[in-house]
Order: sequence, then structure tokens, then C-alpha cells
Amino acid sequence: MSSSTQQKSSILASARERFKGVNLRQNGLFVALLALVAFFAFTTPDAASLTPANFSNLVVQNGYILVLAIGMVIVIIAGHIDLSVGSVAAFIGAVAGILVVRPLEQDGWGWLPALPWWAGIIGAIFVGALVGAWQGFWVAYVGIPAFIVGLAGMLLFRGLALMTLQNTNIGPFPDEFRAIGNGFLDKEQALNGMMGIPPELNATALVVTVVGILALWIQQLRQRVGHVKYEQAVEPITWFYAKNVILTIMIGFVGFQLARANGIPYTLLLLVFLVVAYSVLMNSTQFGRYVYAIGGNLNAAMLSGINVRRVNFWIFVNMSSLAALSGVLIAARMNSAVPKAGDGFELDAISSVFIGGAAVQGGVGTVIGSMIGGMIQGVLANGMNLNSVGIDTQMTIKGLVLLFAVAFDVWSKNRK
Amino acid sequence: MNDTILEMRSITKEFPGVVALDNVSLNVSRGEIHAICGENGAGKSTLMKVLSGVYPHGSYSGDIVYDGEVREFYNLRDSEAEGIVIIHQELALSPHLSIAENIFLRNEIKRFGIINWNETNRRAKELMNRVGLKENPSTPIKDIGVGKQQLVEIAKALSKEVKLLILDEPTAALNDEDSAHLLGLLRQLREQGITSIIISHKLNEIEIIADTTTIIRDGQVVESLDMAGSSVSQERIIKGMVGRDMENRYPTRVPDVGEEILRVENWTAYHPQDHSRRIVDDVSIKVHRGEIVGLAGIMGAGRTEFARSLFGHSYGVNISGKVYVAGKEANVRTVSDAIRSGIAYATEDRKRFGLNLIEDIKRNVTLASLRDFVKGFLVSSNEEFRKANEYRESMNIKAPSVLTVTNQLSGGNQQKVVLSKWINVNPEVLILDEPTRGIDVGAKYEIYLIIQRLASEGKGVIVISSELPELIGICDRIYAIAEGAIAGEVTRDNADPETLMKFMTAEKEVTNV
Repeated sequence: MSSSTQQKSSILASARERFKGVNLRQNGLFVALLALVAFFAFTTPDAASLTPANFSNLVVQNGYILVLAIGMVIVIIAGHIDLSVGSVAAFIGAVAGILVVRPLEQDGWGWLPALPWWAGIIGAIFVGALVGAWQGFWVAYVGIPAFIVGLAGMLLFRGLALMTLQNTNIGPFPDEFRAIGNGFLDKEQALNGMMGIPPELNATALVVTVVGILALWIQQLRQRVGHVKYEQAVEPITWFYAKNVILTIMIGFVGFQLARANGIPYTLLLLVFLVVAYSVLMNSTQFGRYVYAIGGNLNAAMLSGINVRRVNFWIFVNMSSLAALSGVLIAARMNSAVPKAGDGFELDAISSVFIGGAAVQGGVGTVIGSMIGGMIQGVLANGMNLNSVGIDTQMTIKGLVLLFAVAFDVWSKNRK
Repeated sequence: MNDTILEMRSITKEFPGVVALDNVSLNVSRGEIHAICGENGAGKSTLMKVLSGVYPHGSYSGDIVYDGEVREFYNLRDSEAEGIVIIHQELALSPHLSIAENIFLRNEIKRFGIINWNETNRRAKELMNRVGLKENPSTPIKDIGVGKQQLVEIAKALSKEVKLLILDEPTAALNDEDSAHLLGLLRQLREQGITSIIISHKLNEIEIIADTTTIIRDGQVVESLDMAGSSVSQERIIKGMVGRDMENRYPTRVPDVGEEILRVENWTAYHPQDHSRRIVDDVSIKVHRGEIVGLAGIMGAGRTEFARSLFGHSYGVNISGKVYVAGKEANVRTVSDAIRSGIAYATEDRKRFGLNLIEDIKRNVTLASLRDFVKGFLVSSNEEFRKANEYRESMNIKAPSVLTVTNQLSGGNQQKVVLSKWINVNPEVLILDEPTRGIDVGAKYEIYLIIQRLASEGKGVIVISSELPELIGICDRIYAIAEGAIAGEVTRDNADPETLMKFMTAEKEVTNV
């Protein structure tokens, strides 16, 4: 070997050594999202994309796609796909309408007792779980490819949604119900009075933001300490602090902007809860690890004693339950259950997951990656809307972004 | 014969950070069978990829002189046009296409773009006769065995007017009968003037068939041995491959056999698709603590099928029979039942059935015993890391860290990960199916040591292997399986290949009921 190549490879090796433990893929995605936000901050008229109201909108407009993407990434890691989620969301929105608003006495639904808003939501999600059990049965126990089951479900549940709604809309929903899609935590600023904070800023939003930042630091530090204790490779300390300071500033900025608007949307609280819960589920429970194992090598998973059918079944129960929750969010936001709700949302959810770094063959993907993937799409759409870009151009760009994101992934994998 | 068909001069090929081939020169005479030996990772396959143009001209330094001229191959087509055909270990056949279609794939016999099927089948039949393949040319590839598939590959090569045939581990997946046929065929081709280069781990075959053997170690040619004098022994080749004498290929040990740990009675299983075919036939075996028991049998005899039907009914239907682990009847209806009963099975095909290749060592090691790492509701990743690290050290898994993805490990190290995974479920009995398949001599020795350590810890170990010397070298007792049934049993002292082979090839008596 010539000395120059030796030198080159040793420089490469030391760079690799220095950045050991740094997740380049995930961080790269994050940087792409930041770049996109920065780009629209400069290009939108009067930096409209950075206004408090726009931040609020971004969250509530993309919430239901992100909820779908959480379920979808699990489905995709296991090597399946679910095309039915948009239709399931519409069907469950209709069910929620029946349960909570109940306008169809004349059509034979009159025997149902009127449910309070919270019982309606629980009931709707329960029906969603039953839908998932139906899908999971065909995929896991009969062995029909999920693509086919999803395609059938797409038609089936859209049909059921139309039947349930009798081709009309159901609404309006009670205020409490609407709040999950449209409401804000302590919009009335009760806490402001107690803390003596002027009404320009929502005190609750500020408190929640600070709590969130503290939680982030505690979790990150605990994880790092654990890794060090067990002599695992960790990110360089400067990188660790740099990364978390940037994250802190970001969360702080978003929280501050939301505080200047109406406060923190309930949708955001729900999302943060789901993202944390599902990240833990996928990384640190037997169920999550079995999903990765099944997607990575089905045969090896079976021969390791994993009950593959049962895991697959529950993956679909979970997916449709989240689709149901998404359907509730849509109905709440639109204040009515409509037959066309959730149309095409399955594709947005699937693109979020793939932009977020999941592999078509299964075995690879993260919840947080899919969230960033979903946000990239959301910010893109939002920014283009603010710039008055036509729907034709928007679709073209969205298509190219999906293609290039995955192409970049494939390219960077092959280079290794 | 001193006519040189191929000369590779000072070939050097670098990958980032690694020199795969370092100034390698190779001389192949026309019409000879030239064997290339070396441990896994020594550079054999890389050399063949350089020769066949998979690594295009310009990506390496040095010259390829073929048929007296310096050649520059940029892809497989270039080299095939000159009559160089390479047959890889993983056969490149399309399973649903017929034998004839596969033979003429990319080389179809056609007029105005329309394929002439009569001519295709006629010529296919001709070529099949040349390689001794008796099948209908329109039989789909998936319906013939791997031995015959290998013959189809050679027929395909012949259809391309091959002059230099390169075979990468041609007999690795074949039983002895098919291997013998293949080697005979190579001799025939030699008489027809076709030169062969054969890469193989099976030294006994090389000893029989090769005219010249070139040994590669760490990307360099160690030596080229003229095999004509018959003075070159397997030990001689091994010495060249590993760079040291391997006086004893199998570590010695004094067995300490204790009480019975596994008893299987009247185990019977049927083919999953053809329910009338009895694949495992009334098998009864015993294994004791501290004992290493071998299962010998030709390919298709039902060894793996027996093991997998025992391991959670993961093969076969209508399974009957009883299993006792440490004297208690064991439930083995599902894989997790079998694991709980104290049985572990490490597969013969670690890439397809053993490992999640896109995950790291840590997650592979803990997969079958994940429950043990759960604290509260959560899997403790730190504990997993600690445990996996223990195995990395005790099993000598060569990897920078347990976070290394298993895809990047050599065969021997992958096998150690699989073994770690099963040792970690703390079984009473381990069934190891072809534990040393496709791994190099040095790593084999380490695997033998691990097997012996398990036995000395009081576990019962069953080793399934196609290599009789290996079974004889490490087992205390060997069962021979033929056509799904136990055909014989020999103890260490009177085990020799001839006796075993006789049992293994025994025809079952025809019983009319």
C-alpha cells in the first residue's frame, strides 16, 4: 500500500473513531428539516412561516398524518404495508359521529344510547381495534399479503364509511370532542393570573416547554451515564452538548411561539405522548424487538421462539387503533364526520415513514425518524402554501422529495 | 503439457483500508484442473472476480494474459465472450424457468426475435447428455435437486463454448454421490480440452482431482503445488493455508459422560406438503450429559428434518413420538416450548435461518432469551450490551464491538454469534446443525473447542455434519441416519468412515403391510 493511501485511510479511521456512536442518518434528516424551515423563513413573505399562528397550524394540520405514521412505521418495519388506514380513519370518524352526535335515529341507530364525548372516543377506538383484528386475522393467521388485505380494506372501509354516513355528513360535535383536534391547553390563561405573567404569553405553554426541556436533558444524561457505566461507545462530549443545546433552543423556540399564539394544542400533547410511548415500545420492549427481528429475518425470528403470528396480529390491531385515533382527530378538526375524510392519507403516512429512513424490505425504521419525515412533508406543504405555489407544482415537488430521499438512502448504503 | 492458457501477473486489488490481493501471480496450463485453496477471506473469490471482469479492468493493477494476449475485461460479458465462465457457489438459475430456458438464458435460440422451442429443447438435451443429466429439458429448475442444478450451470457454460471454467465451491452443497459425479464430469471435460479452476474447501476432493493446487493466504500466493506426484497430502495443503502445522485438526478431550439428558422415542414426521411421505421414521436416540453425539447421513436423509421437527415442530406435519429432557417428558410443540424444555437448535444455514443480518451482534445474541433481560416492562439494553460483550470475549468473536452489524462478520464469527445466542438460553441439549459449514480451518478448531467446553459443562450436544472425519474427530457416539430412520450406531472407538458410510447408504428393507 502506498503511504498516501495509508494516510488517507488512517484519517478516515480517526474521523470514524471520533464520530463513533453518532447516528448520521437520523441527524442528517434532522438537519434537512432545519434547512427546510430556514429556507421558508427567508422565502415566505414577511417570514410568515415563523409566525406563532403558523406553528400552531403546522402541528394541528399534520397531527393526524403523524399519528398514522407511528402505526405505519411499525407495520413497515415488520415487512408489511397497510393501505387501508385512510379509509379506516373515515369509517371510525363516522362511527364516532354516530356514537357522539347520533343523528340517524330514522335509520335504525336509535337504540344506541347517547354517549358522552369521552366514551364516544373510547368506543370509536375500540371499533378501530376490532377493524385491526379483522385485518390482522387475514394477514397473520391466513397468510394473505398485507398489501392485498390493505387494498381490500381500503375499499371495504370506505364503503362502510359511506354506508354509516348514508352519504351525508354528521356534525357538529360537542366542544370537548372538538378540542382534541382544535383546542389548546389552558387557552383561558388561568395560570397567567396566578403567576402574574402578561397575557401576551401563555404561561402554561411556557411551563410545559420548560418541563419538556428538563425531561429531554434528564433522559439524555441518564442514557449517557448508563452507556459510560457499561463501557459502551458514546458520542463525543462536545457533540453531545452541541446536539442537545440545539434541540433545547428549537424546543424553546417552538414553545415560545406557541405561547405567543393560543398555547399548546392538545394534538401536540397527544403526539408527544405517543412518540415517547411508541419509541419506548419499539426500542425497549420484547414486542418492539420482535417486530425488528421479524422484519430483519422472518425465519430466524421463528426459529428463535418468537410467535410471529401473534406479533403480526397485534401490529395490525395497533395500526387500526391509531388509524381510529387519527379518524377522531380529523372529525374533531373538521367538526363533522364526512365520507371523504382521510382520502389518500395512507400514502402521506407511508411516505413519511420512508423519508424517515425505513427500508422497504423491513427490519429498519424508527418512530422519531418517521415523525421527522412527516414534518419535512408538512413544512414543505405549509411553506409552499404560504408562497402561493400551485397544487400542481406542490405534488410534483412532494413526489420528487420522496424519490430523492429514498434514493439518497440507497446510495449512502451502497457506498459503505 | 506446458501450454499456458491463463497467466495473471502481479495482480493487486485494494479496497478502502484493505489490500485484498497483494501482487498475486497465477499460471494455469491448458487442459488442467487447477485448484485454489485458502482460508475464508484469503482472496480466492476476489481473484476470480478480477479474472471474470466483475471487478473491471482499471480497478486493479497487474495484467491478465489469456490465450497469449493481455486482456482487459470490463464485465462478465467480456470474459464470457472469450470463453471464461464462472459458476458461483450460489447458483444463478431462475427457479420457475425450465432447464432448457435456463441453459439458454441470455443466449436464446431465435429467429426474428421469436424463440425456436424445438431447437432449444433439442440442443438442451444434447448439452444435458454431455453433463450426464437425465431429466426432461422442460422440467422447472425448482423441481430438481441442487446437484442437478449444478449440472445445469455447467451445461449452460458448455453452451457458451467455454474454454476456462471456474467453479466456486461446487460441491459445498452436494452429497457425496453428486460430488463424485461432478468430479467425474470435470475429468471428462479435461479430456475434451476444457480447463477448470476449482475453489474448494474439500481437501480430499482436491487431492483426488487437481493437477495443480495454488494456495493463497492473506491475499498472497503462498505456493503452487504440482499434484501429479501424489506426494502432496491434505495436511500439506492445510499447512500452506494456515501457515502452521495442523498436527491435530481436532482438539483432544477426555469425555466425562453422565446421566441421560435427552431421550427421543419413536419420533416420526411427515413431509409438510406431501403428507404421505414419511421424512423422519421412528427415530429413537439418547444423549447423556457431557456427551457429544453425532448424526451422520447423506444429504436428504432427514437429519435436519429430524432436528427441526424436534425443535418446536418447526418442520413437518403429523409429528408423533415422545421427548424426555432430564427424565421428564418435554413439550416441544412450539419453538418457545422447546426452548423452555431445554432444547436449542443452531441451524445449518445461518444466513437464512440463524441471524438477523441487518442487526448488530448484541441484538442477535439476546433474541432467543430476551425475556431474561426484561426489568419491569423494559428490556435493559445495558445488560444486553454487557452480556453480549461477555460472549464476544469468551467465544473470541472478532469484531470491533458488539454493535457491529453481523452482516460484516466472517462466516466463522457469524457462527460464533449463533452459538452465543443459543448458549444464552441456557439449554440442556444443543443441536448443532453443520456448525462448521463454510468456515475456515482456524475457526473450525475454535468451534470444536466451544463444543467440547459445552459438553464439559454437563450439556448434551448433538452435532449434525456432512463431514465424516469431523464427526469421528469430535463425537463420542455417532448415529447414522438413512432415509429418515436410524440405520446404525457406532461408538468413538470403532467409528471409521467406511462403517458409517455403509450405514448411511443402507437401503431400507421393503416391508409390505
